[in-house]
Amino acid sequence: MGIKTFEFEQLDETLHFEELENGLKVYVLEKKGFNKTYATFTTHYGSVDNHFKPLGKNEEVKVPDGIAHFLEHKLFEKEHGDVFQDFSKQGASANAFTTFNRTAYLFSTTSDVKKNLTTLIDFVQEPYFTEKTVEKEKGIIGQEIRMYDDNPDWRVYFGLIENMYHHHPVKIDIAGTEKSIAEITKDTLYECYETFYHPSNMILFIVGPINASEILDFVRENQSQKTFKEKAHIERFFEKEPSSVAKAEKIIEMTVQTPKCYIGFKEAAPNRNGKELMRHELCVNLALEMMLGKSSPNYEALYEEGLIDQTFSFDYTEEYGFGFSMLGGDTQSPDELVDRVSEMVEKFKQESVSVDSFERARKKKIGAFLRSLNSPEFIANQFTRYAFNEMDLFDVIPVFESLEVNDVEEVLQNHFKKEAMTVCQVRKKKS
Amino acid sequence: MGIVNHEKTDLHGITVHTIETKKYKTTSFILQIKEAIDEKNVTKRALLSFVLQSGTKDFPSSKELRSALDDLYGATLHADLSKKGENQVISIRMEVANEKFLSNSEPVLDKAFHLLSQVLLAPALENGVFKENIIKKEKRSLKQQIESIYDDKMRYANKRLLEEMYETEPYRLNVYGNENEVDAITSKELFDYYQEVIRNDKLDLYVIGDISASEMVEKVKEHFRFPENRSGDKVSNNRTKDEKRISEVKEIFEEQDVQQGKLHMGYRTYSTYSDDDYFALQVFNGVFGGFSHSKLFINVREKESLAYYAASRFESHKGAVFVMSGIETANYEKAVKIIKEQHEEIKNGNITDSEFEQTKAMINNQVLETIDHPIGLSEVLYHNVVAGTNRTIEEWIEGIKNVTKEDVVEVAKKVTLDTIFFLKGAGTNGN
Repeated sequence: MGIKTFEFEQLDETLHFEELENGLKVYVLEKKGFNKTYATFTTHYGSVDNHFKPLGKNEEVKVPDGIAHFLEHKLFEKEHGDVFQDFSKQGASANAFTTFNRTAYLFSTTSDVKKNLTTLIDFVQEPYFTEKTVEKEKGIIGQEIRMYDDNPDWRVYFGLIENMYHHHPVKIDIAGTEKSIAEITKDTLYECYETFYHPSNMILFIVGPINASEILDFVRENQSQKTFKEKAHIERFFEKEPSSVAKAEKIIEMTVQTPKCYIGFKEAAPNRNGKELMRHELCVNLALEMMLGKSSPNYEALYEEGLIDQTFSFDYTEEYGFGFSMLGGDTQSPDELVDRVSEMVEKFKQESVSVDSFERARKKKIGAFLRSLNSPEFIANQFTRYAFNEMDLFDVIPVFESLEVNDVEEVLQNHFKKEAMTVCQVRKKKS
Repeated sequence: MGIVNHEKTDLHGITVHTIETKKYKTTSFILQIKEAIDEKNVTKRALLSFVLQSGTKDFPSSKELRSALDDLYGATLHADLSKKGENQVISIRMEVANEKFLSNSEPVLDKAFHLLSQVLLAPALENGVFKENIIKKEKRSLKQQIESIYDDKMRYANKRLLEEMYETEPYRLNVYGNENEVDAITSKELFDYYQEVIRNDKLDLYVIGDISASEMVEKVKEHFRFPENRSGDKVSNNRTKDEKRISEVKEIFEEQDVQQGKLHMGYRTYSTYSDDDYFALQVFNGVFGGFSHSKLFINVREKESLAYYAASRFESHKGAVFVMSGIETANYEKAVKIIKEQHEEIKNGNITDSEFEQTKAMINNQVLETIDHPIGLSEVLYHNVVAGTNRTIEEWIEGIKNVTKEDVVEVAKKVTLDTIFFLKGAGTNGN
């Protein structure tokens, strides 16, 4: 199939790409002057993929909540011991994370790139699950779940997502619950593994002071020595999700001093991909920036009224099947904050968008994007996320430059709807 | 020229550090303002860091300042506080896009320089003191910041450990100060304190990017004008050689409604950054709990499934190692026993070759990775300013390489447990 290269002149970057025979997509970005090489090996499989047809079977299955994350933990354990150790013997630090729809395994190193790359590819492609090691992990993950239970920021974030969704599994905590993980067995792990860890469902991204063609040869060679099943389309099932929110408000009580309050807007039609998704994402983010960014009159007013502090933030997330914006932070008066922000959003929708503030917001976002490109981690993780959604990370600046004021106006009307709004608060527990 | 091209120039009142590199798509400015932490000024100094980033003479409100930054292609400006040994350091960081990546090549660098100098030297004033309405808002933000520590149970437990362990030493002070002192600070008092800072504090400015060192020095001379009577080279008291000797381990328990107990343990090391055995201390921490191959991770998490995290970190300038782990309240005795045993193991020289070599490889990797990031690089270099040393990164790497197991055993014998703080769950164990 051969190596393709993509030049991004304005950014002074060249990306090398090859899709191998087994379907694995490999990307290499040379970063001169850096010490570190960073590699991620990611499957398009996360916490939402809990209902699917296992590879080679005819019947669909539902698997326990938290299994994608559990699998991530367990892949590190091998018959000879812990893969973390293999990496650290080779001077690399390894890690992994599970999101709603991705599981990524990664390392960073300043020496022995090829050796570490072999370790990364091989450990992900050679599962070893036993009943005993699966049981042992339940205690560790149980403590991880409790750690998150004590974290008010995590609780308010998930509380808000729970409010939004009636059925979609994005509302399920990525790690599951102590109860749901109790049901996990080595056989269910294998079943998920066989289905979702096929090379054709994965992306390998390597960035650092390396030689691209050498690295691609090396990966090709590694893969040609292994046999894989024929690639097959993965069938995943999701219940139909209404566009309304499941719950308009929730209050969680915890031992905190300062309440937290977040407002969410649920995206009604999260079924975009490619450039259309990128344009939409960038537009919602611009709209948020203009409406509530630090240089906006609204931010100034909220700060002055004592309703927000420096923890105030906002963000938009969209993946196939779900999408939402969230905004909020610590506040002494959560109800008042909700009232004021809803007022501001309504008013902003009625007024015409100022060209000045549009230009300013766009400049700010372009600058922030350039800053992100200093980070090899950002490039690898975001590129992969974009690629799974058929977008190209390096299109961000041209797409920003192609946007116009009326694109933002359209998003304002369609995304920030009253009926799509929901609120979650963490408040001080009454003793 | 070594791994980094670091040049240092002492000007009147400020030391300029330039690092020329083509690695980044941005130019970073990091201004470090250092003074000994003390009871009298700790809260004022914290408030000052909030006030300085809220307006300048030309942009006298947060909104105007943020708009100016957005117009500079989303330049970021951020002031924060850290404790380095017994110093309370204010760091003002600014990062701006490199013009060459912008379609319309605006001259942002010079404007950025000017703006940064104004943040330090020309704050927003009225009647010769800080603007009342900025003070009022930032007091509230600071109070919320202090309160938020309580809400994050890991940070809270760490804060309580320091208060107990350093009961009579300045290191006990929280870098954000005391909540109950915030309201009483007047605009006049804060401005008087600010003038002291400008007159006396040690100032170091790091400029990192695709720049010319000599041009940067000229720009600093042009923009940063200090009062004639500025001293700025006050010898600071960063060494506390006469560290307290410990006769008995202090054990403090506190109860809160949390799902998971937070165990924090503080050790004194009796050596700091400028000591010859500093490198051995680094390796000790790595063998003990710095990595995922370390004794704490292997024994507390992997062997016993007691925790999701069990790690240690160390403070270079005060000379301390801190252990932290999230455990079931009922497992307190067991976890403490295992942690103490790991320290004993190292004292007795029970360090395998692979543990030892892995640790050194990982530390080497860690420092090389850290300096890939502009802030990381400036922090590594700034250690020299705080400790009054002149160590290059090459010497640092060499220092780690030369550490022997015997050195680690020697330093492990000096390391002494001082205080254990345990935040335990109140009766309930969640479900």
